Amino acid sequence: MSDEGTLSGWGCAPVVPGREVHSEDLADVTTGMPLTRGLGRSYGDSSLPAARDRRVASATLADRILSFDPDSGLLRAEAGLSLSEIYRLFLPRGWFAPVTPGTQFVTLGGMVAADVHGGNHHVAGCFGAHVTRLRMRVADGRIVDCSREQEPDLFRATIGGMGLTGHILEVEFKMARVSSPWLWGETEQARSVGQFFDLLGRAAADWPFTKGWIDCVSRGKNLGRGIMYRARWATPGEAPARPPAHKKGFALPVYLPSWAFNRVTARVFNELYFRGHPTRGGRLIHPDAFFYPLDGVRHWNRAFGHAGFTQWQCVVPHASGLPTITRVLELVTSRGLASPICVIKDCGPQGEGLLSFPMLGISIAIDLPVRPWTRPLIDALNDLVLAEGGRIYLAKDAFTRREHFQKMEPRLGEWQAIRRRWDPEGRLRSAQSERLLGDAS
Amino acid sequence: MKAVILGATKGMGRALARRLAARGDELFLLGRDVDDLARSARDLEARAGRPPQSIGGAACDLEKPEGFTAALDAAEAALGGLDTVVVTAGLFATQERLEADPGLARRLLTVDFANTVVFCEEARNRLLARGGGTLCVFSSVAGERGRKPVVIYGAAKAGLSRYLEGLDHRFRARGLRTVCVKPGFVRTGMTEGLKSPPFAGEPDAVAASVVRAIDRGRPVVYAPGVWALIMLVIRLLPRFVMRKIGF
Repeated sequence: MSDEGTLSGWGCAPVVPGREVHSEDLADVTTGMPLTRGLGRSYGDSSLPAARDRRVASATLADRILSFDPDSGLLRAEAGLSLSEIYRLFLPRGWFAPVTPGTQFVTLGGMVAADVHGGNHHVAGCFGAHVTRLRMRVADGRIVDCSREQEPDLFRATIGGMGLTGHILEVEFKMARVSSPWLWGETEQARSVGQFFDLLGRAAADWPFTKGWIDCVSRGKNLGRGIMYRARWATPGEAPARPPAHKKGFALPVYLPSWAFNRVTARVFNELYFRGHPTRGGRLIHPDAFFYPLDGVRHWNRAFGHAGFTQWQCVVPHASGLPTITRVLELVTSRGLASPICVIKDCGPQGEGLLSFPMLGISIAIDLPVRPWTRPLIDALNDLVLAEGGRIYLAKDAFTRREHFQKMEPRLGEWQAIRRRWDPEGRLRSAQSERLLGDAS
Repeated sequence: MKAVILGATKGMGRALARRLAARGDELFLLGRDVDDLARSARDLEARAGRPPQSIGGAACDLEKPEGFTAALDAAEAALGGLDTVVVTAGLFATQERLEADPGLARRLLTVDFANTVVFCEEARNRLLARGGGTLCVFSSVAGERGRKPVVIYGAAKAGLSRYLEGLDHRFRARGLRTVCVKPGFVRTGMTEGLKSPPFAGEPDAVAASVVRAIDRGRPVVYAPGVWALIMLVIRLLPRFVMRKIGF
């Protein structure tokens, strides 16, 4: 069996030596492995092996649904089942995942490990809040079930634990009933960050799904202008009889040259995007268009070229939200070259996962190409977030410094203590845990 | 369709079973591990929106031909007769491993050729007794030509392909439709660790073309389709070229 090859996350940076080992039998293939990887949609180094490891288990072939109760919506499945399969199979029957991130190409195991959140975080919390039971292979080789009643420490440490507490083999969670397979929503333009915050705050009371896109290039009077999206599931009366069609979309066949993403193209994209989304009243929206606009272009990550990109996502408390986000936008736009994709979202209270990312406040996510200025910019952004009591999202990160992360996470000590109890020899690790927690060193 | 599938828990068999279940075919699963069969049956039920326990299964191991009759009896009883038998099960090992381990080579030849033929004989007798039906068996492009990386595995699959061709000639007029599936390289647990060539396929795409072939009664199907062309070229290569290349 050859151990050559390289692995990278969705951002194509960093690239490390290593390969995935696939098997339909996840319990078997995780034996002795340092980490399990899903569909590789985390942006940075979360799903990559540490420097001394060369292999990770892949969960993607372990994709069986083990039970579904159409009365309660309880679904139990192997951890490699993808959200896109759940969407395809269950939305026509009136069920949807209770929480969805911005891509459907993620596995259940990955959704638990990153404790993903979505546009309904202010009402539904993270995915972990809907998980009722996990089956895991822990470091000593045993297979252990955990839940809020059984091994609750392991359960809380695994939700948002980036796969570092054990291999997630099976996930049981509660699906959400939907009134129709279509969404009903509105779009509204905001002229400034202040107005944006105002719109987000007002929409939260009436709309289960809210999110915003911010122009991350414009400065001066246009700083922080953006588009606010709000939606709910359409009522049976509003929805057409036909279910939303599944479109295959097209694929970006090659990596664009890294220079293709520059000051001018970013400005043109942002201007077109802003003008293309005028304020509009209620209308039917395809779930793909609202939840997964980027999934329409497969391999869109190639648009940033071989140099790759990263996403920096933070959350800061409401109290300092407006000045902090304004400062973030100033820092980013001052470089002139930033992101076509910058998403803002208000978060509800922190979940029970010990390393879960969201907390009550405002979150902003910014895509950044990998350039010589990327690391210093992220250092400056992290200084800002740290000073305001905020934190960053590990599933996106590749550049945060260990000292920054450890200061941002007062919960880290408790999580590490539980992790050490289940894995005293430090067998489970990733390139990210090596970088941020000092594992394997 | 009332179909029994031997090897439905993994790889292409899993993908094929999902497609058949999704369109409403009645299924019965055969395989080595009854717990694993039950997990696959629950998966198919949940995906197709059918009641729990509505898809049955029974143990059947290609290394234990004495169990074939009982397994097919169980399938016929559960389905109330059957009109389609699918065999996706088989053993695979690299040429290097087979050369180093004669015991394994003997096992592979027995499972992939001799015992598969014995199973098919039992199945086709039952299908012919009820006036015909479909026998769909997964062979491989490895059986198309003697090739360096698949000397032993390819020999077993070549034998299997010839057997199915013979069945087609002998019994087609009596209503037996044989479908010989020749997959190229497909990304499944079976091919884990092998270097993936260009044109590697995905199990679901293979399953889609196999369903079409079963419906139309096509005697031979290459999947993905591009392998029909690749193998045409390989069959035409003169021996001195085959001795040189590593394919």
